[in-house]
Amino acid sequence: MSLQIPPADRAVLDRREKIVAALRAIVPGEGVIAGEREMRPFESDGLTAYKQLPMVVVLPETTEQVSQVLAYCYAEGIKVVPRGAGTSLSGGALPLEDGVLLGMAKFNRILEIDFENRLAVVEPGVTNLAVSNAAAHAGFYYAPDPSSQIACTIGGNVAENSGGVHCLKYGMTTNNLLGCEMVLITGEVIRLGGKHLDAGGYDLLGIVTGSEGLLGVVTQVTVRLLKMPETARALLIGFPSSEDAGECVGKIIGAGIIPGGMEMMDKPAIHAVEQFVHAGYPLDVEALLIVELDGPQAEVDHLVARVEALARQCRVVSCKVSASEDERLLFWAGRKAAFPAVGRISPDYYCMDGTIPRAKLPQVLKRMRELSDKYGLRVANVFHAGDGNLHPLILYDANKPGELEKTEEFGAEILKLCVEVGGVLTGEHGVGVEKRDLMPAMFSEIDLNQQQRLKCAFDDKGLLNPGKVFPQLHRCAELGRMHISGGKLPFPDIPRF
Amino acid sequence: MTDTLKPRDGKDVEDAVRFALANDKPLELVGCGSKRAIGRPSQTDLTLDLSGLSGITLYEPEELVLSARAGTPLSEIEALVEKHGQELAFEPMDYGPLLGGKAGAGSIGGALAANLSGPRRIKAGAARDHFLGASVVTGRGETVKTGGRVVKNVTGYDLCKLLAGSWGTLAAMTDITLKTLPRAETESTLIVSGLEDAQAAAAMAAAMGSPCDVSGAGHLPDHVAARFDGLPGPGAATCLRVEGFAPSVAHRKQSLAAVLKPFGPVAVLDEKNSRALWRSVRDAKAFTFSDVLARPLWRVSTAPSRGHEIAAMISPAAQMFYDWAGGLVWIAMPSPQEPDAAAIRRAVASVGGHATLIRAPAAVRAAVDVFPPQDAGLAALSKRVKESFDPKGLFNPGRMWAGV
Ligand SMILES: Cc1cc2nc3c(=O)[nH]c(=O)nc-3n(C[C@H](O)[C@H](O)[C@H](O)COP(=O)(O)OP(=O)(O)OC[C@H]3O[C@@H](n4cnc5c(N)ncnc54)[C@H](O)[C@@H]3O)c2cc1C
Repeated sequence: MSLQIPPADRAVLDRREKIVAALRAIVPGEGVIAGEREMRPFESDGLTAYKQLPMVVVLPETTEQVSQVLAYCYAEGIKVVPRGAGTSLSGGALPLEDGVLLGMAKFNRILEIDFENRLAVVEPGVTNLAVSNAAAHAGFYYAPDPSSQIACTIGGNVAENSGGVHCLKYGMTTNNLLGCEMVLITGEVIRLGGKHLDAGGYDLLGIVTGSEGLLGVVTQVTVRLLKMPETARALLIGFPSSEDAGECVGKIIGAGIIPGGMEMMDKPAIHAVEQFVHAGYPLDVEALLIVELDGPQAEVDHLVARVEALARQCRVVSCKVSASEDERLLFWAGRKAAFPAVGRISPDYYCMDGTIPRAKLPQVLKRMRELSDKYGLRVANVFHAGDGNLHPLILYDANKPGELEKTEEFGAEILKLCVEVGGVLTGEHGVGVEKRDLMPAMFSEIDLNQQQRLKCAFDDKGLLNPGKVFPQLHRCAELGRMHISGGKLPFPDIPRF
Repeated sequence: MTDTLKPRDGKDVEDAVRFALANDKPLELVGCGSKRAIGRPSQTDLTLDLSGLSGITLYEPEELVLSARAGTPLSEIEALVEKHGQELAFEPMDYGPLLGGKAGAGSIGGALAANLSGPRRIKAGAARDHFLGASVVTGRGETVKTGGRVVKNVTGYDLCKLLAGSWGTLAAMTDITLKTLPRAETESTLIVSGLEDAQAAAAMAAAMGSPCDVSGAGHLPDHVAARFDGLPGPGAATCLRVEGFAPSVAHRKQSLAAVLKPFGPVAVLDEKNSRALWRSVRDAKAFTFSDVLARPLWRVSTAPSRGHEIAAMISPAAQMFYDWAGGLVWIAMPSPQEPDAAAIRRAVASVGGHATLIRAPAAVRAAVDVFPPQDAGLAALSKRVKESFDPKGLFNPGRMWAGV
């Protein structure tokens, strides 16, 4: 593992006992965990290739405690890594040897459900699914639905700007938030938004969303709730090639239809899944598309017919429309089990997350096959086809010497390819430590320095989650320096009036 | 005398900003200038006119993406996407006539910098939600790229969110990329007549809480209703829009009528009248007529169920109407020189939300807070954010808050 993490601060580690005692004075009882065995469960997140025990784990229960812990760490120059459920796939919650791991799991209360204004106020440790469940009796739900929704927390969703299969139509986390309470590293408590739409000043809620725990610790979140659609039906369409599937996706969107979900799988993924869940997927196809239409019955029936007609204009091997709710769920069962299914046919797999302009799909898949041959590693692809978000799963065996490194190299090539064709490094899983060193493939040094300046506006000592997102850390003072060159008119030919 | 620089490309913008930096000359950033009268008046003697950066550089309807140079007229973009059966789903309002200017005069950069939206905000979001990527020149004279051309993107901080609604105080945008979406095949609007504001809020909440997928919900009280377009008759109108495919609209119209029936008699607007109505709501048409053009105008965002409470707390001579299911309140105050900021801010503070003084004479805008005042912590953070982009305070100084 070649990952460069900011070097541990010896001076901090030497004071460990004193620090633990001070933290216990703020968060009493079992809220501070310092024993090695008890800290083990926190040593990694969903990116399990990386492991690191933190200096100490703190599990606060109130905003006041978070504020005091952060103020103390700020005064003492101690690094802090926030953590929700630890399902991040990019190592966002990877601890630091000399850092406090601030676990938000005890912030697990739903504070208010306001049906009149269609929103819920929750603590950040509440799981994504729990929000929808709490609103279900009145027919409401929270739209972003990451596949990890039974486990992942709203705080983690905010930090990662998580998506899900329905975000094509309903948006990502950032499109479904109204407000939050957040504690800055200084201990200051800031409130952004509320029960109303849009910011009165700068949209700081928008910048905190997706900031991967680098700007502040979120202690309360207000999310929008939507009324559940009356009904939903899905089509399962098999194609002789991924080009044909891609063309069909283009036709559907070109016809003005934005499905609730539109997911694609390639042959290796289809086979892995079918063996595992027996969803009735056709095995003689190169690509499979699930298209879900949701809304009022009349609309769904109308659109199912239209999508079916559009599919028939493409080269299809098979096209099935769900005839019942059970059948619709069966179509999805395969897709939803794609990761574990791949986990069954390989000792380990590595999940990637690039986004590409949809039209580039055939080119990217072809190149991926070539890379697969080059590295001698198999790949299965699941793909949020509507918005171009790829999840190539690279199959490897961590016990074979050198195979993890080879896998990471392969993964990096795929992500660089995504950027090359006009896409981005990550669609929903975040940069974390995983893609940190690839950031220069997408951003210049000037771009990255500007992002770090914004970080400095929130965290001038760089104590919150350092080592994530940015490949190179600069001191804020250094970033703030200005080099103003000459007072002459350097633009003699800009038109002036 | 004010000097104006009109750059032709991003490089020119960099040069202009570097010149301003070296000479300590703050800049007023303008696109097409249609919203210049919003905000605190800036003290600058150099204007950076970005309208020369014009032209659509990429449009791929099947990919739902469009890129343009920041000074491109919004009307040009809207016309092109309409030809392909698409739209900017955030339904950007037109401030022109409200500010006594022409309609259709804004640029896309301005639309984003003001985070424009319209009645569909409640369903489809604001400009911020459709703003995928940008190239900007910061107050350090550096060109910075952020975002991309794909919707699903969490690579690095989402600077587009910050730029949206920053009113040109953070950076000069040179190129932008937007998400486009299919335009609805048809639309229709149901009208419940004669409701009081509080009843209207309840009717709108019922509609929004139904699965009818309402894409516009507004209440036009008695005293202003006649000044909007497309309505069947005089008197207070509570308006609910459904858009989409024809069979779906037909179906939802019926379901929605059943939801609304307990509140009062329900009338139906056809597509043409519905479009006219929502365009006039979008642009706050009631307050563009010459007899009210001098009234100071507030735009208030609050929880939908609380909007109507504000009316009870301010001068009965104020005129107002509601969009966003009651969560957006437009308030025109009676006296030209007196926006009555204290009363408005007190009322808004008591229900939660924020108020912006969209229209008032320059002298008034110089004397009262135009943008919502912030508590000390948030104000300090906003100032640091501003400085992270524009350390010397070059861009539109003081437009949002004094000293920012
Ligand atoms: C099987 C599986 C499927 C997945 N599917 C999806 C998917 O479909 N879509 C998707 O988008 N993601 C998916 N993920 C990724 C992951 O679940 C999301 O990123 C999720 O939002 C992380 O939430 P968490 O509570 O586990 O956060 P953690 O992993 O604990 O933390 C993630 C990041 O958030 C920060 N953080 C956590 N809480 C806070 C807080 N209160 N304040 C500030 N920062 C905080 C952490 O520092 C870290 O940087 C999947 C993961 C797994 C394992």
